[in-house]
Amino acid sequence: MAAHSTRLTRAVIAVLVAIVAIAARDAAPRAAEAPKRIISLVPALTEMLFAIGSGPQVVGVSSFDDYPPEVKSLPRVGALVDPDMERILSLRPDLVIVYGSQTAVETQLTRAGIRAYNYRHAGLAGVFSTIRDLGNTVGRTRESEQVARQIQQRLDSIKMRVAGLQRVRTLLVFERDLGSLRGLYASGGVGFMHDILGIVGGINVFADVSRESVQPSVETILARAPDMILEVRPTGLPRERIPAERRVWEALPSIPAVRKGQIHIVTDDYLVTPGPRVAQAAEAIARLIHPEAFK
Amino acid sequence: MTPRLGSSAVESLARGKARELSAALMQRPIRSRLVLTIAGFGGLTLVTCLLAPLVGSTSISLSRVFDRSIPFADNVDAQIFFIARMPRVLAGAVTGAALAAAGVVFQAMLRNPLATPFTLGVSAGASLGAMTAIVLGTSVAIGPFSVVPLASLVGAAIAAAIVYRLATLRDRAMSTTVLLLAGVTLNAFFSALIMFLQYLSNFAQVYRAMRWVMGDLDVGSFQPILAALPLIAIAFALFAMLPSSLNLLSVGVDAAAARGVDTARTQRLAFVSASVATAAAVSLAGPIGFIGIVVPHLVRLLVGVDHRVVLPASALFGAAFLVACDVGARMLLAPLEVPVGVITALIGGPFFLWLLIRRG
Repeated sequence: MAAHSTRLTRAVIAVLVAIVAIAARDAAPRAAEAPKRIISLVPALTEMLFAIGSGPQVVGVSSFDDYPPEVKSLPRVGALVDPDMERILSLRPDLVIVYGSQTAVETQLTRAGIRAYNYRHAGLAGVFSTIRDLGNTVGRTRESEQVARQIQQRLDSIKMRVAGLQRVRTLLVFERDLGSLRGLYASGGVGFMHDILGIVGGINVFADVSRESVQPSVETILARAPDMILEVRPTGLPRERIPAERRVWEALPSIPAVRKGQIHIVTDDYLVTPGPRVAQAAEAIARLIHPEAFK
Repeated sequence: MTPRLGSSAVESLARGKARELSAALMQRPIRSRLVLTIAGFGGLTLVTCLLAPLVGSTSISLSRVFDRSIPFADNVDAQIFFIARMPRVLAGAVTGAALAAAGVVFQAMLRNPLATPFTLGVSAGASLGAMTAIVLGTSVAIGPFSVVPLASLVGAAIAAAIVYRLATLRDRAMSTTVLLLAGVTLNAFFSALIMFLQYLSNFAQVYRAMRWVMGDLDVGSFQPILAALPLIAIAFALFAMLPSSLNLLSVGVDAAAARGVDTARTQRLAFVSASVATAAAVSLAGPIGFIGIVVPHLVRLLVGVDHRVVLPASALFGAAFLVACDVGARMLLAPLEVPVGVITALIGGPFFLWLLIRRG
């Protein structure tokens, strides 16, 4: 009888000790050491991690990641709307990069004692601040500073090349129903694509609309009369269809871009990824807007 | 308090006027009533359609629009007028007329004042078709035509065919109960499929699909209207055969049959014609809500319940109503646009509730 009650007391004490120990571990300040196993749900930030030399620490990426080529062999853990929490936990990460809106994921990670890095879009300036901030987080401050500076230098040199040239009023199109001018989405005056357009010597015709995207009517497009129409399509459009899609714009013949044949359709994911390849994207767009500056 | 008093006074005055007007109309023989109503609503529609292209987010000069000395290719004002505004006014008129008339026919056929053109699943089928095209069709287009309207037409046809088959499975006559239940179930099922598709697709696609559902009349050329017009013409030709039978049918199937109406045939005709009109309208402009319920009820308040008058009057008033809503859509936040379906819903939602309370 006495032996039984002693055993019970011991068990209760053991459980209590365990609870206290777990609570104490949770409460203890985390060691600020560099993470060794990183999962990224944001493709742009995956690229940044590789660019600053943290690639070997990346153990999982989102289902949309495809750059750099190393990510192709990494486990996929879902994306913005469908993060696979079980897979994420099973990869035993110590840092998970999530979108700012993924609060549920963040809560779950915190409960599991895993650090979450919270990402939000913030224009071209946000690309630089994110690279630096991410560098600090993963213990690669020096490398991230270097990468940020390199990007800045490339952008500066593009800026110099186009300096003094006539600025080109540009309509930047993100989406459109193929074969028609319906379902059109264009860049407003906010966002890194708008910022890039400014750097490479263009003027966004919807710069006055303080939103990332605008759905302009045919009337507004006619009224804004862009000198260039630039369609940047993240989802691949077969190359042979591009001429037909350019001809769709001929329905609006008074637009200077249509008359001068300044309609460009480009399809590459890196052009719309706010990651370390922004300078490359800027140069590609600059060559379209000011080919004379790159002869 | 004062504005409420004022508005209710205005309302009762307007209602009194409406009652007076409809009472005066009701006493006339059908032919002169029809002429009067069509002249009235036709005039309203004509004026709306003539005024609507004059306003927009950009100010244009009419004299420049019709100035033949400037080549069309260089005349921005003329292009805004003829390429941007005229097609969208026309698209609004065609869509509004089709949806309002389809609403009248569905309400009479189902003997349910709250029926809309979308009650029987046609719009859900169209949305599923459009969504599928947006998700799968990113690199497909048939000839010069966008694949989205075509796919929505196919989706609507499939939905209508399923409902039709279910409602005529046991009996030659359609069962309104089966129609309604099948429609509601199909709506829910297609919505679930749409959700599944959205889950599988990327951001831009989901966003575009959502935008499509809000309705859009900015067609950008006359081509999409010409594509939808044959179907709408067929639907209206069939509508023309319906009014008298619908009058009897709305009293009751048995009563109609006793008066010599081939009720099964009338129901089928009503279902097919209203479905074709709805499908064509939705493929042109997306599922713009509430037109098919607001317009018929307003028209009935004014001209009574005789379908020989209500049907043409609703078609005309539906055209004017949607064109007017679209003017609001493009002016309210210019240069941004409010989706026209949002405007019709903002007007239609409260109206629908008022209708419910009034009936209750």
